[in-house]
Amino acid sequence: MLNSKDLLGIKELSPEEIYQILDTASGFRDVLKRDIKKVPPLRGKTVVNLFFEPSTRTRTSFELAAKRLSADVVNFSVATSSVTKGETLKDTALTIKALGADFVVIRHSSAGVPHFLSRVLDLSIINAGDGSNEHPTQALLDLFTVLSHKKKIKGLTVAIIGDIVHSRVARSCIYAFTKLGAHVRVICPPTLTPPEITNLGTTVFHNMEKGLANADVIMTLRLQLERQSKGFLPSLEEYFYLYGLTAERMKVAKEDAIVMHPGPMNRGVEIESEVADGPQSVILEQVTNGLAVRMAVLYLLAGVRK
Amino acid sequence: MNILIKNGRIIDPSNNIDGKGDILIEDGKIKEVRSRKPEVRKSKGGMGGFVSGIQTIDATGCIVIPGLVDMHTHLREPGYEYKETIRTGTRAAARGGFTTVCCMPNTNPVNDTITVTEFIVEKALKEGSCTVYPIGAITKGQKNEELAEIEALKRAGCTAFSDDGKPVTNSLIMRRALEYSKIFDVPVISHCEDIYLSEGGVMNEGFVSTILGLKGIPKAAEEIMVARDLALCRLTGGRLHIAHVSTGGSVELIREAKACGINVTAETCPHYFSLTDESLIGYDTNLKVNPPVRTEKDVAAVKQGLKDGTIDIIATDHAPHHMDDKTKEFDAAAFGISGLETAFSLGLQLVGQGVLDLKQLIMKMSVVPAEIMRVPKGALSPGSDADIAIINPDKAYVVDPSGFLSKGKNSPFKGWALKGTVEKTVSMGRIYEWT
Repeated sequence: MLNSKDLLGIKELSPEEIYQILDTASGFRDVLKRDIKKVPPLRGKTVVNLFFEPSTRTRTSFELAAKRLSADVVNFSVATSSVTKGETLKDTALTIKALGADFVVIRHSSAGVPHFLSRVLDLSIINAGDGSNEHPTQALLDLFTVLSHKKKIKGLTVAIIGDIVHSRVARSCIYAFTKLGAHVRVICPPTLTPPEITNLGTTVFHNMEKGLANADVIMTLRLQLERQSKGFLPSLEEYFYLYGLTAERMKVAKEDAIVMHPGPMNRGVEIESEVADGPQSVILEQVTNGLAVRMAVLYLLAGVRK
Repeated sequence: MNILIKNGRIIDPSNNIDGKGDILIEDGKIKEVRSRKPEVRKSKGGMGGFVSGIQTIDATGCIVIPGLVDMHTHLREPGYEYKETIRTGTRAAARGGFTTVCCMPNTNPVNDTITVTEFIVEKALKEGSCTVYPIGAITKGQKNEELAEIEALKRAGCTAFSDDGKPVTNSLIMRRALEYSKIFDVPVISHCEDIYLSEGGVMNEGFVSTILGLKGIPKAAEEIMVARDLALCRLTGGRLHIAHVSTGGSVELIREAKACGINVTAETCPHYFSLTDESLIGYDTNLKVNPPVRTEKDVAAVKQGLKDGTIDIIATDHAPHHMDDKTKEFDAAAFGISGLETAFSLGLQLVGQGVLDLKQLIMKMSVVPAEIMRVPKGALSPGSDADIAIINPDKAYVVDPSGFLSKGKNSPFKGWALKGTVEKTVSMGRIYEWT
């Protein structure tokens, strides 16, 4: 049983809770292979997708996950909402509550917004990405994907490459893989390294070849294109030269290393097509697993609130 | 009205008094202070010479001290009356034991003309519960372009100059301000922040900002400006006062500068010696303040700076906000802490920790700020204004911001168990009873 009505981050989860979500997801993964993919546990429940940042894949994944569980889904996106008319976050939240929602899936550019909502609302809050803080379902689906290939997490070497300082995916993955006993390396330029990140038990590399050596799992992150103009990088070309994931560089990793990317990809910026589409890539599996993991999260949180 | 305050422990560092005694007030001025140190006490009671027919305050168990002087207050009026007014801000001040506050000029309009200064002075005389000295802007509109009319503002009642809320980013303008202000012997108060380094930041940069995913403000953003202003102070010989020191690096820079004879004074605020960035876990916007609360090391360095005299005074940086400005995303919430009503109790914690003794605390919260501002406050001398705080230093209470007299309930100390209740404040010729 999960300990909270909300999923705010991996930070707050115990290894037992993580495993419980992964086990449950595994059951739903089988459901998704069936001809009839819909099951009834959330019938009569309402899930509101509250997205203050553009998102296609995460929002669609949550929407489909909720529908597979027979919940009603409402998409509340910033472009069409009263937020553009100056409504405060608190009022938006209270409005959603008044509409009778059971779950709010929230994405926002500011860290801590899901925590704020969880204080204001007594319904279940699921963090779908808050600023540079966390994106817990992404880390859970990454764990799920790695488990399905490696059968264990403990003892693996996981290398995360890219814009670590701005990445909620990186933070959630560092917590998730570390909690389950993997060793996490981050590979990034010093300008994109979070302060004192080694306190989380990670090792920092500024050199790709060294960081990738003997890695079991390689995860490369999307580079936000505006980082260049903000002075973090001189040019995208230089970034690709230093940190682009190429087939050549993959050779120093373990032979059976898998390649992951949370999407959407910038081909030729952080990853070359030969790798993205190559035999070691599990990027599309991540998407399918995301559905199963999000079904598991919705299902288990519904159990907490009963 | 005549008032007799008796049986309290009078602590008046300016006159080197610390002992039981009585104070007689006549027409809002201190008439006589009779200290009765036990070893020199002769007559029983010791108030035989005082006239009858006066209001008597029994201060048994309390310390009776010169009213506190806050060099750094935001009263928000004119322009932001929904956050605070001169009436409510000065009432909160008196409640906190302050009888003098110096209000920062980042109002709307900015206090860069005598019209605004005169408005504040007159309004404070009419509605205020304590004395208000306005601080004028260094630059017109706080725009960092041209000096404000420092002479006219001084004549209208400004006792210091600052662009607080923002730094003076242009070093040449800061140089000119430090030079020109020498004519009037007024301090230039610097809000030290390199805005390029701090841009977008909402908390201290460090491990905690990493795990919260919030953008950090590095300590260097403050220290670079402290170093620059110390260099300009050395160059010009002007009077520099560094506002809200939050980092150990700043303390070190100021300590070295003082050792070299540079004409600098410095302040810190209760939150910089009471809180660390770890308290932000949970994203409570009441902890969002600029400069941000730092780390344990910085807290220790700030305390050491207070102890060894590097940091001359404690100011509140009272920055009241309406709840709507705080009930927001952390990134979007306003910076600032409502500080007047908790400052002295937090200062008393330093006494409990052995960082300061009671006399030093009173020096830093009353005597020295008055000296820096060159205002006739911070002493219980006969003939001076009867500005007095009567405080029970041992009485415990739990901080409840909903009961603040300030409009700003934005306190990170909600629920803290503190000691030191202000029982009564004598200010502007009136007695305020708080319990």
